[in-house]
Amino acid sequence: MSTMHFHLRLWKQKSGTDAGQFIEIDAKEIPSECSFLEMLDIVNNRMTREGKEPVAFESDCREGICGTCNMVINGVPQGPGRGAACQVYMRKFENGQTITVEPFRVGAFPIVKDLVVNRSAYDRIIRSGGFISEHTGGAPDASTTLIPKPVADAAMDAAACIGCGACAAACPNSSPMLFVGAKVTHLGILPQGQAERKSRARNMVRTMQEEGFGNCSNYYACEAVCPANVPASVIAMLNREYIRGELSEAVGAID
Amino acid sequence: MSSEATSSKKPCGCCWPIFSSSIGRKWVVALTGIILVLFVIGHLLGNLSIFAGPDAMNAYAAFLKSAGELLWVVRIGLIICVVLHIWFTITLWRENLAARPQKYAVKDHLSTTVYARLMRISGLTVLAFVIYHLAQFTWEAFNPDYKGWVDAQGRHDVYRMVVTAFQCPFVSGFYILAVGLLGMHLSHGIASLFQTLGITSKKMRPLFEQGGLVVAWLIFLGFASIPASVLLGLVKTTPVLPACPLCH
Amino acid sequence: MILDAKIPEGPIEKKWTSFKNNAKLISPANKRKFKVIVVGTGLAGSSASATLAELGYQVEAFCFHDSPRRAHSIAAQGGINAAKNYQNDGDSVWRLFYDTVKGGDFRSREANVYRLAEVSGTIIDQCVSQGVPFAREYGGELANRSFGGAQVSRTFYAKGQTGQQLLLGAYSALSAQIGLGRVMMHENSEMLDLVIVDGHAKGIVARNLITGEITTHAADTVLLCTGGYSNIYYLSTNARGSNVTATWRAYKRGAAFANPCYTQIHPTCIPVAGDYQSKLTLMSESLRNDGRVWVPKAKGDKRAPQEVPEEERDYYLERKYPSYGNLAPRDIASRSAKEVCDEGRGVGPSGLGVYLDFSGAIKRLGEKTIRERYGNLFEMYQNITGENAYERPMRIYPAVHYTMGGLWVDYNLMSNLPGLHVLGEANFSDHGANRLGASALMQGLSDGYFVIPNTLGEYLSTQFGKKVSTDLPEFKKTEAEVRAQIEKILAVKGNVPVDEFHRLLGLIIWDQCGMARSETGLRKAIEDVRALRERFWKEVAVPGTGAELNQSLERAGRVADFLEFGELMCLDALIREESCGGHFRVEHQTPEGEALRHDDKFAEVYAWMFRGENTDPDLVREPLHYEAVHLATRSYK
Repeated sequence: MSTMHFHLRLWKQKSGTDAGQFIEIDAKEIPSECSFLEMLDIVNNRMTREGKEPVAFESDCREGICGTCNMVINGVPQGPGRGAACQVYMRKFENGQTITVEPFRVGAFPIVKDLVVNRSAYDRIIRSGGFISEHTGGAPDASTTLIPKPVADAAMDAAACIGCGACAAACPNSSPMLFVGAKVTHLGILPQGQAERKSRARNMVRTMQEEGFGNCSNYYACEAVCPANVPASVIAMLNREYIRGELSEAVGAID
Repeated sequence: MSSEATSSKKPCGCCWPIFSSSIGRKWVVALTGIILVLFVIGHLLGNLSIFAGPDAMNAYAAFLKSAGELLWVVRIGLIICVVLHIWFTITLWRENLAARPQKYAVKDHLSTTVYARLMRISGLTVLAFVIYHLAQFTWEAFNPDYKGWVDAQGRHDVYRMVVTAFQCPFVSGFYILAVGLLGMHLSHGIASLFQTLGITSKKMRPLFEQGGLVVAWLIFLGFASIPASVLLGLVKTTPVLPACPLCH
Repeated sequence: MILDAKIPEGPIEKKWTSFKNNAKLISPANKRKFKVIVVGTGLAGSSASATLAELGYQVEAFCFHDSPRRAHSIAAQGGINAAKNYQNDGDSVWRLFYDTVKGGDFRSREANVYRLAEVSGTIIDQCVSQGVPFAREYGGELANRSFGGAQVSRTFYAKGQTGQQLLLGAYSALSAQIGLGRVMMHENSEMLDLVIVDGHAKGIVARNLITGEITTHAADTVLLCTGGYSNIYYLSTNARGSNVTATWRAYKRGAAFANPCYTQIHPTCIPVAGDYQSKLTLMSESLRNDGRVWVPKAKGDKRAPQEVPEEERDYYLERKYPSYGNLAPRDIASRSAKEVCDEGRGVGPSGLGVYLDFSGAIKRLGEKTIRERYGNLFEMYQNITGENAYERPMRIYPAVHYTMGGLWVDYNLMSNLPGLHVLGEANFSDHGANRLGASALMQGLSDGYFVIPNTLGEYLSTQFGKKVSTDLPEFKKTEAEVRAQIEKILAVKGNVPVDEFHRLLGLIIWDQCGMARSETGLRKAIEDVRALRERFWKEVAVPGTGAELNQSLERAGRVADFLEFGELMCLDALIREESCGGHFRVEHQTPEGEALRHDDKFAEVYAWMFRGENTDPDLVREPLHYEAVHLATRSYK
């Protein structure tokens, strides 16, 4: 197995209230087969052996589905290629390359420590409407409603969102519209989601604004980095759904 | 990070939430954008009458003037559109700036287009140009002589005024630059408004994007063809003194 | 001590109905007086939290992730079983029940499994209502696929992301309840101990992973939904954070740990590539539908796979199990791979790998069809290994995937510790010695949505007027013990990173308590684990303090528990002198090398009770009575 070396610039910040800065590390003898996060593991373990505090970063499933990992690698949220940061492999980099790793820079995702940010704003957006109010036990038989395959497939494409925050991190305006649009689309196109369709879009967009995210300018950077390939057409759907929801409330239409 | 922590900012209760909301304001920008694009297209078609000769252009100008109050309704409508288009864009932009308090050290433009990134610059430059353009041809502020130019039928000789002005390379150059930026603005703007108004899909978006680009190019070429033709001597008028204050 | 499973009387088909007809109810006015702590927000925890909150209980939920949506249930790929018989292929509750008992190699509790099969259909109804986008046919009906260990198509799926969609369904139900203020959610909070008051589980001690703050929480009952312990092997298909801490601390407070040696090893994972590796990636079992598994016939054959002629290849699964071939059950396929690698015929740089070859299928069906069926998996394989599986066979090797063992629970999902309920993978109840594919999601949701809401009243109805507060000395004492443990870890100040101990522990357990186990190996493993534990407490390096986000400290606490748990796991494997399901003792095999059960001695649950540090635990046996099914030898020949 061959090894590589890299010049790393890693963001170090003790807490949200402290100032941060880059630390420079020469990462030598990194196995070329390892993943980006495994490279960081190696670097962290070397630092630990030297009695230094390692760089905090989040990860969990390491197979691209849980959405825990989040970092910006050379200006690209979740790093080069499709998938989350855990799906980036070192063979994608040049030997000797300088790699800059920063946290997601989104005001609504305050920095906790080093590369760790607080993405609870996304949970609060979901809590304000990203669900179908269906109490356990009250469901009719699953075969009662037929759902055409294209509708089910489109709902699945939107539902694939892993909630990692890369969309807001990539957006020049820090807008999470891909995330919000994905949920509004997923639930809005299924027959089960019709009852709360208008209030859902209304409430989720209002919460999104309260959290201090920016506004979509149709740059499509979100779509370019989304590890789950959520299409930006979900944003078009959100734009439509929201105005519909807001207008029907404004004119007193029955939701 | 406990779940109780909520933000203090509540949506404005005193006004219609649509106009305080992110998406509502973008709808206003998109809808006013549609009106302004339609105006630009209409204006272009009128301007192209220059190629039909002095008579056609002067007749067209006289027809517009004859609209009287209606013309003012249109003008005021357009001014409101411009104000709303810009005002809401500025409020959205200020929020966007605030939403990223700390910038990235390494910047990657990802898939964003240069047109999209230059929207504010292109828009504001076009605004400055529009004011200049109005001063030049509507208020006739730079050359008071324009007011007195009439053609054989006694109509205001708009044709002579335009051709005279464009004989100056600076005037033409600024004009071409401005309509170039207008084209850039529209190439993102036209495709974008379909997305903002939610009337697109995964399949249609490339079509709208290419369509927007084509329309933007046509608008640019249409407008730019006038000063270009004048400079190339394809469109001529009786030689008079250069009218441009820059050339004096 | 006797462990009473509290199985309702009557024929198996009537047990759950009769239980529900006679169960103790808590009136709506009283439900809001009871507080329930739920630890873990995977399928079991989220579904239980949401459902109990809907019913009116006060729920406090805890997860160590930054959001409840991150739990590892999210990574399940294949699907969820349900006896709906939408395909009209002869499925029934009975068949699902029987397949699950047989698949578990007759080491699970009949009544629990029957109930699981019985509620399986309503899980699908519930999920569809929540908006889970299950795959559909063109006519709009729900689609099904078939899975290992069954002859019917009863698996519902959402692309290769069924676990994700089911978890997000439960997460959205939970989110709705949090939004309504009925669930108090504590994210980034890791449970570090269970508080016992008068012999009842009445609260927990948790550490806020961001601030380091240690807090105590009191309730009327505690639900552990904290998943399995596959990560004891260090390399597994589980998420990095998955751990045994919650269940282990409960064990040390008196809860019995049942069948810890039952672990499932999944046959199709990407092989280990080196020491740096942090995680093993599963490749869906469905690949075995079209791929053929082989190794070279000759030992140490280092030729590229394309250069090995057909007659020098050993398609060992087809050879040994002609009727099931490449689709032999997971435990058998895994063990066979290990055997050929032990013989020195393994492939790849490490020699620990076998080929999964699609060249025949590509020739037969065309590359396009294979791309349509498995394109995303081939892509994933290429991303990780850098090899193109359309051109050369994939290399696969088994990896630890799921643990059937867990805290002992009765029919009500309550452990022997009154007030402590255990749901999902964290309990031991439904899968016996081997779990069938697409059954884990079913169990997690069954426990959370449909079982615990009905069984919780059995305990809570005895708890009127017995509210406890965190001011009690029991809470203070437990909190002090947790603080002391953290201080102890920080005080070591060694220079060996936590990961290193975890990796070494994983190697010991994998070698001796993995796919094949032997008495000598297990005895040695126990010694090795003890020695490693001793070294850990002398040499572990945990920089930083306890009063901040300190990921080394989090891991150190978890690895310290794994280092204790590993010993129990090996002890359980040592005592169970038979081969069953995922537990294969080399001393107990048929002349053909197949697993040999000893039903006369071992048709029972082994539940271990803690007696103190450095003291052997007590073994309590719960006999398994098979009244509805007959014990039989599994054969897949």
